[in-house]
Amino acid sequence: MTQSAKQFFDEMQGYGGNVRAIYQAYNRWLSDVPTQQLAAKRAEAEVLFRRVGITFNVYGEEDGAERLIPFDVIPRMISASEWAHLSKGAVQRVRALNMFLHDIYHEQEIIKAGIVPHTILTNSQYRPEMVGVNVPNQVYAHVAGIDLVRTSESQFYVLEDNLRTPSGVSYMLEDRKMMMRLFPDLFRKYPIAPVEHYPHVLLNNLRSVAQTGVTDPTVVLLSPGAYNSAYFEHAFLAQQMGIELVEGQDLFVRNNAVYMRTTQGPQRVDVIYRRIDDDFLDPLVFKPDSLLGVPGLLSVYRNGGVTLANAVGTGVADDKATYVYVPEMIKFYLGESPILQNVPTYQLSKEDDLAYVLDHLPELVVKEVQGSGGYGMLVGPAASKQEIEEFRLRIVSKPANYIAQPTLALSTCPTLVDQGIAPRHVDLRPFVLSGKTVSLVPGGLSRVALKEGSLVVNSSQGGGTKDTWVLERDEVGVESMQSQMAAQQTTKEAVIC
Amino acid sequence: MLSRTADHLYWMARYIERTENVARVLDVTYNMSLLPSDSNDEELWDMVLEIAGIRDIYDATYKELNATNVIKHLVMDSNNPSSIYSSLRSARENARAVRVAMTTETWENMNTLWLEFGQYIKQDLTQAGLSEFCEWVKSRSHLFRGVCFGTMLRDEAFSFVRLGTFMERADNTARLLDVKYEFLIPMQEANDGAVDYYEWSAVLRSVSAFQAYQKVYRDAIEPMKVSELLILREDMPRSLHACYAEIMPILRQVAGSRQTEAERLAGQMHAKLHYGRILDIVTGGVHHFLDEFILANRKLGEEIQRNFLSATA
Repeated sequence: MTQSAKQFFDEMQGYGGNVRAIYQAYNRWLSDVPTQQLAAKRAEAEVLFRRVGITFNVYGEEDGAERLIPFDVIPRMISASEWAHLSKGAVQRVRALNMFLHDIYHEQEIIKAGIVPHTILTNSQYRPEMVGVNVPNQVYAHVAGIDLVRTSESQFYVLEDNLRTPSGVSYMLEDRKMMMRLFPDLFRKYPIAPVEHYPHVLLNNLRSVAQTGVTDPTVVLLSPGAYNSAYFEHAFLAQQMGIELVEGQDLFVRNNAVYMRTTQGPQRVDVIYRRIDDDFLDPLVFKPDSLLGVPGLLSVYRNGGVTLANAVGTGVADDKATYVYVPEMIKFYLGESPILQNVPTYQLSKEDDLAYVLDHLPELVVKEVQGSGGYGMLVGPAASKQEIEEFRLRIVSKPANYIAQPTLALSTCPTLVDQGIAPRHVDLRPFVLSGKTVSLVPGGLSRVALKEGSLVVNSSQGGGTKDTWVLERDEVGVESMQSQMAAQQTTKEAVIC
Repeated sequence: MLSRTADHLYWMARYIERTENVARVLDVTYNMSLLPSDSNDEELWDMVLEIAGIRDIYDATYKELNATNVIKHLVMDSNNPSSIYSSLRSARENARAVRVAMTTETWENMNTLWLEFGQYIKQDLTQAGLSEFCEWVKSRSHLFRGVCFGTMLRDEAFSFVRLGTFMERADNTARLLDVKYEFLIPMQEANDGAVDYYEWSAVLRSVSAFQAYQKVYRDAIEPMKVSELLILREDMPRSLHACYAEIMPILRQVAGSRQTEAERLAGQMHAKLHYGRILDIVTGGVHHFLDEFILANRKLGEEIQRNFLSATA
């Protein structure tokens, strides 16, 4: 057992000693499988992923450079009771966030109540264009990715909420498909909750938020195009839902409606699942030089002629500066206590917090409020003295741009690396869908930091993915599996006799 | 369906068909260059450039006209838009842009094709490997059509894929016959009327029509019959008539209730091929006929682009 497995909670080993109940059967199976065989399965997966074209493009690399996100063949498991807790918490959180978004673009009661400061209205992600605009069912974040991390047997934290155009769900679905293909036997033995119906739920939700009076809405997915890093996912989801994958050039605005150009002439579009950031949606309102969006789209949207998912201006609610208020939002809007905890967060716009953080930089993680994808952050314990001093200057010049959090002891999960099977840090992003109701499929994207000791799991920083197994029953220990196998054995024998 | 999607599908199919045709001509020419023959190698390889219509681009790149250079230029030269490399890359780029509109099998087939090609271009194809490579291209193209035919819903996406295939094929067959005819007829006259069996059978083989010829005519190979087979026979899959017999109903279908110029042009040409007689075509000059055909086919392509594929509000 390596040092890190004792130091950090491990999804399989706990703190060492006994293998956790949900992993026991798997662990027995795993210890019988030679590592070379696992490596061969991984190689097979890579060939298949490349053939299917499950790749992402890397900005700034030469034209056509497509990379695979490393895929790990060892699953991350979540017990039925853990999932019940996490999913309830995620739904609660997204309900509150949707109410918050409606509120700050309407009555702003949470500001009047003094819970969220007025400065939120000057946040760059707050869109004054959305003030007073009514969106169907008051849903803003139709798709939300809630990033969770675990620090002990009983403690999960929400690391951040992604409410703009969260991505990664295609990996949740493709990783599952791959695991079923590589290890069919395990799926027979384990009560693994299915996730394949995600596109179906998403489409139903998108249809449910069309403007009133539209009985058979046309839903499309708006992508920046084939060179976007998440293009595979856009294409994948559009195909799974059976809707058109459109680009800005395919759409146009006429008579307060959005149309797409088809071989049969213009066709009205009712709901746009857009995977383009606010800034690029409409050159008449946002970035004038952008060619990705549709001129006039926002005016149609504001007049209720089309639904955008996610809504414009959701960024203000997933901003790291807003994150600290989410537990308060839950109490304010729902009158409930938060099921999932926030990571303790220092806001450097506050003097006390700033002073503390500047004194403790080597212990903390400092993040840029609007940064994403693991860029623009300082991981104190892993940084050199010089890096810390450079970052200190950046913080001092604009403290409000940063938040800081203690370095979390992220849980690890056994992972196949060059040296064999070793613990690596993981996080989890379940996807919460909001339409007429708020729900999520039992699973999520598990990301894994492949470098030893690294806490950064982003694909842009070399992280990989694993399949996430949410179990439908907690009792999948050795005995139940043995009895299941024994039962199968008996049947077989009975047939032979 | 989206005009842009239709456009990508149409061009994807055209590029695949183009690849197959380049491979066919290369293969047959290479095999002929191995035979003892009156015609010299330079003329043979020059014809390949003529058929592909890339003489200018070639001359700008290479000083000498020989097998090695022509093969290199047509297989892997990225500066040559008609090279197999360029066509496959374009086909795959078009496919990637609209992978939603095609079946998983179609997309995976395209992607595998591209990945396998990556292995081929690392090899020296100018020598013994060429025939095997051309076989691979042809079988991949067959597989592409088969996977489309076998897995795609009979909707507009399928129609535009098929349209691309037959528009490109018609152009290719016409060009091939035109160049070969111009080249072989004077030779034949000089040879005192004796048909050069190998030359004309090579033409037939390059469009997989050798066996069909024997079945249909049960006769020695004659230029007029070859022309009839490749221009007028509706039952010959790569003939001009067969291509237009496919194109016409597709255009009628995708136009729906609209009257389009594309459909009118296709109908006009189809009538000419359907009711034409080979004797009249030979009398009026095969070259003249094919020249007009190539122009009319290009015009039809432009109308298809205008009527269906270009984004108009």
